[in-house]
Amino acid sequence: MSALAGHGASVRIETCGKTFADGTRALERATLDIARGETLVLLGPSGCGKTTMLRIIAGLELPDPGGRVLFDGTDMTSVPIERRNVGMVFQSYALFPNMSVADNIGYGLKIRGMPAQERAARVAELVALTNITGLENRRVDQLSGGQRQRVALARAVAIRPGILLLDEPLTALDAALRDRLRGELNRLLRALGITTIYVTHDQAEAMELGDRIVVMQKGAIAQVGTPRDIYFTPRNRFVAEFIGAANIVEAPVENGHLVLPGGRQPIGGGDSHAQAVVMIRPETIRVVAAAGVPLSGIIDSVSFIGDRQRLVVSGATGKFLTVDAPNTVVAKIGDRIGLLIAPEAIRLLPPEN
Amino acid sequence: MRDRLIFIGQLLFTLVVAAFLVVPAMLSISAGVTVNYFRGISSGVTLQWVVQVWDLYAGTILLSFVIAFATLAVTLIAGVPSAYALHIRGGRISRIVEEIITLPLAIPGLAIALALLLTYQGFGSFRRSWLFILTGHVIYTMPFMVRSVMAVFATVDVRTLDEGAASLGASPWRRFRDVIVPNAVPGILAGALMVVTLSLGEFNLTWMLHTPLTKTLPIGLADSYASMRLEVASAYTLIFFIMIIPLLVAMQLFADKEQKR
Repeated sequence: MSALAGHGASVRIETCGKTFADGTRALERATLDIARGETLVLLGPSGCGKTTMLRIIAGLELPDPGGRVLFDGTDMTSVPIERRNVGMVFQSYALFPNMSVADNIGYGLKIRGMPAQERAARVAELVALTNITGLENRRVDQLSGGQRQRVALARAVAIRPGILLLDEPLTALDAALRDRLRGELNRLLRALGITTIYVTHDQAEAMELGDRIVVMQKGAIAQVGTPRDIYFTPRNRFVAEFIGAANIVEAPVENGHLVLPGGRQPIGGGDSHAQAVVMIRPETIRVVAAAGVPLSGIIDSVSFIGDRQRLVVSGATGKFLTVDAPNTVVAKIGDRIGLLIAPEAIRLLPPEN
Repeated sequence: MRDRLIFIGQLLFTLVVAAFLVVPAMLSISAGVTVNYFRGISSGVTLQWVVQVWDLYAGTILLSFVIAFATLAVTLIAGVPSAYALHIRGGRISRIVEEIITLPLAIPGLAIALALLLTYQGFGSFRRSWLFILTGHVIYTMPFMVRSVMAVFATVDVRTLDEGAASLGASPWRRFRDVIVPNAVPGILAGALMVVTLSLGEFNLTWMLHTPLTKTLPIGLADSYASMRLEVASAYTLIFFIMIIPLLVAMQLFADKEQKR
């Protein structure tokens, strides 16, 4: 493992935008710094520009004039991908069908002129690291999806890249496998300690893998922060709704209280707004007896999930309110329940424009 | 009842194929080894016509193969990289270029030949050499190579493979050699098969472009039909079959083996 650690370059993207030849604006001008050894996740729905940003960093797309890409402070903007020393895992893996697993993993080393013996040793090391022992001589089309993903990762890491770029590496897999590989990938990335840029549309992946997350929306960066920052203090409604489950409530505020159909909910402070937008995470709402609490509502539906149950409550806020209650709470449809929310769990969002 | 109808349909189809494809070929071949075709096979079987054709046209036949394989070489060297470039670049210009390459399929060979003659008849030594015929054959067969290679590129997502190889540090040339060509082999083989057989059998263009000293197999065939006994012309057909069938079978076997690999 020690032979693999300690690699990585810092990355700076400077006012990089991308307008395609047909006039489509895929990425608004953005500036972003990625520290050496950091795992940065680009997260957003399809068409948000995350893959374009990754491809600009990789050298597969040129940014619009004026944009620059720097690795360790060196301008790489006009350097083609083959001379950037990046390792890349593609969504479709892009494994070479004409080569065996071992040849795929060793290809980048062969290009670099590594002697056959040394190359074989390095391939063996990666085969062990990525848990694909025994598959070395298989053809690519004889592998399962999960195995292909591991081979693609081993191939990208084999060349000891300065930066590892992963474009939705788990998206092509089924859900159970995706969850398992996510954990594996996380351990591997931590062990490698290499600068990693990871593109995904899956917020669970982003949370687990990212040191920092860049949430993107319509070609622009919506928020950059640690998974905690993004989850607890989303900057706008899009981020709040994209990451985890969120109740978005629109209501007037009087003297630091949300005025709701089901009661007056304190949010701290003494401000007043004619119309405020707030976010309340379902798990921050406690279910109590209806009497003696400021906010109450009627249970509209109950979904038992196992580790918890999800209640949908009507009459408390203007729309339905989603509440994650412990699985021990007895909840029946039609019951009136009290809802206890700590003021600090309520996040005021900027009004929509 | 339905099975019976299908059976009858298939039988009819087979008979039609036999009547128009197999029987004429067999008759033609048998005529080539008959002493006197008008008296029928009872006049005796001989190889004299075959020998006569070989004596007269050995050079022509050889030249045909030289041109066919030279055409193959040119279409491979120019066509495979072109297909790669057209596929990777994409966009309007690539499509226009592709259309231009394909154009000779729609234009009569005579017209292409005429255009070549008008343009290059002044270049005497080029006009008189077999390279002039080669030029025509390359123009005519190029779309078959480019298209069949592009068809394979479209199915194997060659663009991502190319990017994958590039990310590992491979230069455009290494990518082409290590990844693109090996994965395009089925298309290259199919294209090669077409190019060689089309070039060997090409008549229209060649008839316009040839000189008495640069004749190919089909030109020789026309020549013998026009000026010699029917038996000689038939013997010529026989030689043509003997030459081309093993070639076709070999290439087909090679292609099958490659696909199974």
